[in-house]
Amino acid sequence: MGKLKSWGIRGGVSLGKLKSWGIYIGRGVALLFAVSALSFALASASPINPETRYRLSHPGVSQENVTKMREYWGIDEPPVGRYLGWLGGLVRGEWGMSTTYRRPVLDVIGERFSASFALMATAWVLSGLTGFAMGCVMAAARDRWPDRILRRICLFLCSVPTFWIGLVLLAVFSANLGWFPFGLAVPPGVRAESVTLAQRIHHLALPALTLSCLSFANLALHVREKLVDVYQSDYVLYARARGECGAQILFGHGIRNALVPAIIMQFGSVSELFGGSVFAESVFSYPGLGSALAKAGMDASDIPLFLGIVMISAVFIFAGNLTANILTQVIDPRTKGVG
Amino acid sequence: MNNILEVKDFSLAFAMYDGVFHRRMLNVITNLNITVGEGEMVAVAGSSGSGKSLLAHGIMGILPQNAVTGGSVLWRGQPMTPKLLKKIRGRALAFVPQSVTYLDPLIRVGRQITRDKGKLGELISRYHLKPEVARLYPHELSGGMTRRIMICAALAGSPELVVADEPTPGLSRHLAEHAMKHFREMADAGAGVLLVTHDIELAIRFADRIAVFYGGTTVETADAADFVNGDGRYPNGRDGGDGAGVGQVTGDSQDAGGDGAGAGSEPDGTGRRQGDGVGLRHPYSKALWAAMPQNGFVPTPGVQPYAGDLPAGCLYAPRCPMRTQACDVAPEPRPLRGGVVSCHHAV
Repeated sequence: MGKLKSWGIRGGVSLGKLKSWGIYIGRGVALLFAVSALSFALASASPINPETRYRLSHPGVSQENVTKMREYWGIDEPPVGRYLGWLGGLVRGEWGMSTTYRRPVLDVIGERFSASFALMATAWVLSGLTGFAMGCVMAAARDRWPDRILRRICLFLCSVPTFWIGLVLLAVFSANLGWFPFGLAVPPGVRAESVTLAQRIHHLALPALTLSCLSFANLALHVREKLVDVYQSDYVLYARARGECGAQILFGHGIRNALVPAIIMQFGSVSELFGGSVFAESVFSYPGLGSALAKAGMDASDIPLFLGIVMISAVFIFAGNLTANILTQVIDPRTKGVG
Repeated sequence: MNNILEVKDFSLAFAMYDGVFHRRMLNVITNLNITVGEGEMVAVAGSSGSGKSLLAHGIMGILPQNAVTGGSVLWRGQPMTPKLLKKIRGRALAFVPQSVTYLDPLIRVGRQITRDKGKLGELISRYHLKPEVARLYPHELSGGMTRRIMICAALAGSPELVVADEPTPGLSRHLAEHAMKHFREMADAGAGVLLVTHDIELAIRFADRIAVFYGGTTVETADAADFVNGDGRYPNGRDGGDGAGVGQVTGDSQDAGGDGAGAGSEPDGTGRRQGDGVGLRHPYSKALWAAMPQNGFVPTPGVQPYAGDLPAGCLYAPRCPMRTQACDVAPEPRPLRGGVVSCHHAV
């Protein structure tokens, strides 16, 4: 019975539960450590470092300034020492200065994050709800025309890249129809205090729609597949033999069983969401984490900001997968105690 | 005795597609007849792949979309319309499925038996399950527990007829007997039980009547007692005077099970009498009987015909030692010595 209690919906902290949490935290720390080491190693291996970059933009720089700069950035120190110094800073909350924004990395991330979070959360909820609903519709109408049409649309959306969808949406809704602004998170030339919520939503709509296209088609196809399986299962046959009606079968067996893969997929798609936001925000010049990351990595070589965003993304992706794990165990008793 | 269920000339076919346009019918069950009365336990026995489970699914109305049925199913004399079926399913008509896959993996078994707490407790203790079992999920059940859970679920609706589809595979001898006793108890309490099984031995011990199923049809319906004294060989030396037919196993005395079980009217484990059978009627039933380990383990050459490739005429003819010209015409079921047989030569 102890096995039943761990993760049970009934409360109470058991030893098994504590152990599971210990394992999860251990894994999270190990993951963050690995991500930090790998991304630091990649950044160090880059041929562009602060000195070379400065020399490129300021051709006539004096030797004295170069020496000062090498000292400031610690370029002559061994990489392991630099890594440990950076790691220590991460733990203390000193993530360094962003070279592009001339401000502490954490401040930049904090500001960018709020914009990105609104975008990603909207896209995530939108894709989750429409994806699940569309999957149910396709399964209910399986092999008839609504299913065929929706399935083709989903397969199409799965196959095209996010930035292309963004460009098409821009061309249609902003350029041709003029319903939505071309980019940015707020209207230009308006004081920050006087931006209304409606204006923010107006600016958010197209990027969020673009980003949700990333995962909702995939989710819908998976939900459809699972529901079709459920409808062909022995337990639905048995439910019918026991006189349950269509609605009882759909709500009592269908949705519940289809929810498990949907949750795993939707929480697992947080990583794709971060990846997709880089493209979506770039296309719409949306001032979020994704566009900051693209800028920091590509043209500015803003290594402190770049690594900072990588670490924050890793935390969120880990949290998404962990949530999927825990929720699955709550819904599906067969996965209990399976790490 | 009132008949609860009557299945008359039942047939079942699947629409199949050969290529894109060519649709053909795959006949799985043909000319099947069976009745179940109140307090009666009828076993449909046959080998795997003979379409037995489809018969159970057909009665329950849970066949796949491409299934086409013919003949008639009567419920207490009324035609079983979809409307009637909807009304009685899960209540007067209960289904005991084959395996644990028929339980929803995400729902606690207690709730799958019934939502009525009082009834649940009563059923669970009646089948010697611990109260905690109700809180388990299907994957946590053992084979024997699953079986009992499904029986509880069937009884939750106070059924008049229980259709049980292969309830014993995967169970130990002991548990299988237990399960059969439960069905016997249901019948003794007045319900009809239709048991689909390939375990002929258990069927003989617990059922009242046995319908022998071959190639998608019932070749013989016999009292279970007939099997006890079933003559494994063909009745060449029989004198034909079978009217009263008490234990006529002809002169050959090497009949293995005959005398011992036949003469004695000892009550067996079920508390019922095993009768003095007069032997079986159809050559396939006899072959089935002879193939049982305690009756000599005699194999019969050949295989059951595939549903898509049934022979014209009598389905058993290709394997039958009694086959003649007459067998080119399919035999109609006819009453014989208290049973029903579909054979031109059965006496």
